[in-house]
Amino acid sequence: MAPDSIAGAGTADRLSLPPRAISRGRVALGDRIYRACVLASVWLVLVLAAGLVTALAWESWGAIRAFGLRFLVTSHWDPVAGEFGALPFIYGTLLSSLLALLIAVPLSLGAAIFLAELAPAWIRPPVAFLIEMLAAVPSVVYGLWGIFVLVPFLRDWVQPALGRTLGFLPLFQGPPYGIGMLAAGLILAIMVVPYITSVSREVLLAVPGSQREAALGLGATRWETTRIAVLRYGRSGLIGAILLGLGRALGETMAVTMVIGNRPEIAASLFAPGYTMASVLANEFTEATSDLYVAALVEIGLLLLLITILVNGLARLLVWSVSGPARGGRG
Amino acid sequence: MTPTARRLANTAVSGLTFAAALLVVCPLLLIFGFLVYQGLSAINVDFFLHLPKPVGEPGGGVANAIVGSGIMIGLAVAVGLPMGILGGVYLAESRDRRLPWVLRFVADVMNGVPSIVFGIFAYTVVVIPMRRFSALAGGLALGLILIPIVLRTTEEMVRLVPSALREAGLGLGLPEWKVSLRIVIPAARAGIITGVMVAVARISGETAPLLFTALGNRFWHQGLDQPIAALPLQIYAYAIAPYEDWHRQAWAGALVLITLVFLASLAARLATRGRIVAR
Repeated sequence: MAPDSIAGAGTADRLSLPPRAISRGRVALGDRIYRACVLASVWLVLVLAAGLVTALAWESWGAIRAFGLRFLVTSHWDPVAGEFGALPFIYGTLLSSLLALLIAVPLSLGAAIFLAELAPAWIRPPVAFLIEMLAAVPSVVYGLWGIFVLVPFLRDWVQPALGRTLGFLPLFQGPPYGIGMLAAGLILAIMVVPYITSVSREVLLAVPGSQREAALGLGATRWETTRIAVLRYGRSGLIGAILLGLGRALGETMAVTMVIGNRPEIAASLFAPGYTMASVLANEFTEATSDLYVAALVEIGLLLLLITILVNGLARLLVWSVSGPARGGRG
Repeated sequence: MTPTARRLANTAVSGLTFAAALLVVCPLLLIFGFLVYQGLSAINVDFFLHLPKPVGEPGGGVANAIVGSGIMIGLAVAVGLPMGILGGVYLAESRDRRLPWVLRFVADVMNGVPSIVFGIFAYTVVVIPMRRFSALAGGLALGLILIPIVLRTTEEMVRLVPSALREAGLGLGLPEWKVSLRIVIPAARAGIITGVMVAVARISGETAPLLFTALGNRFWHQGLDQPIAALPLQIYAYAIAPYEDWHRQAWAGALVLITLVFLASLAARLATRGRIVAR
């Protein structure tokens, strides 16, 4: 084989030569097969992703046609009568995720700032490691802990106390079951904290050192440096990190299902049981008997998919805007 | 603000962020403590070697669930690994403008899709045509979750391989595919293994995508086209059941599961220890 053809074949991708710069016949057969395999797997991933949306849309078509937009705004969920309105589930998903973010965001941003900016160097690796472990705990284990530890604790201590002090708010009224929206929000908060923390930390670490040096050089304290030079620079990335956490919370299934109470009602109180989109899928999918029932459930799955695609897509773009696509991807 | 006030603010914020970090870590200790406290007493040799007993009979184990989880993780790796690795190599090496961006974006968005949605997908493409729940469907659902994780880690790791290595191979006249498969991927092997272990740690704890694909089973597995047990499914079933003995077994199962997950995460860290240059 002539030397020029070897160089041409090997470096075409690296130097982004247009493919025509190499005469077709001279690219070794092995290379053509290899490139075909690589491209095939790339396209297979993309096709699978598209197939995800298509398959769900296809399977839920019966419900989409039967109920249209009514599906989203009515709250009557009666499989026996064949009536399906997903509003209680949408409400439960949004409320529990919102509650989770309310608790998780200040904590995770604080922890991320501590880990990336203010902590002494020796303390960073072990704490970062513990937070990574927290992210690795399976959902069902959180749920188990939620049922047997968190829920009794809420029922016996937290909810009575909240009822006594803030009971005049509709949010904290009703009998303290333990199980319910509050438990779901709390367990979700515990679960999304490690995600938001680790992505925010990566965003903060991606802020160039010159930003900090400039502020420190002007005589700013560590916190002022962080506030003026780091947080402002990384703001969009931090919002992205929060949205990633939101995406997790919206789709989290097992732990929520185990503590939220699973009742399709819209209640003002956080003490009342609720239901989420993911939980209704987990609970009712295997029991769904009629085609319409299955279609309605799949439509909830489709909704969940579309919402999380939207939230995650936005989140990624924001995180990438700070740390670049090749890096801040995980989380 | 006076210098003193500024210094005070600095100290106060440092203290607050420290408290936040402490609070963030707290649940891990609480959860792990309860798992050990509640689970350890229910773990014995039988727990690893025996099938579940019917309600009312004490004892029994989760051996079938551990085997089932292993089988489905194997299936998931078989489905997701080739695509994940080749796609990752493509992302690291291609100098194309658009396609890598799209793939990276799609992979990252897929990584955030709720796992239960992959379960529905596997239900529609495998369970409905086959007319029964099966290990295959569960494996497919888990495999889809694995792809984006492996893909992105592989990309990161292949990027770390010095280009001199690849150029040396090409300079010796090796074809591109040989350079990739015999030089670049082996050089990034430790990192790729890390990615796979991280992905395995993640899918081995997944419950939601298995609910209506693998379904669960109280017996040894009976073929890939049959419903199959899985450890997380078993924990879930035991946790929501009203029997004291099953709760005990749920804690024990959770302790086993979390130990496996942590071991996989630890293996992931050890595989690349000292190899990754600080980023």
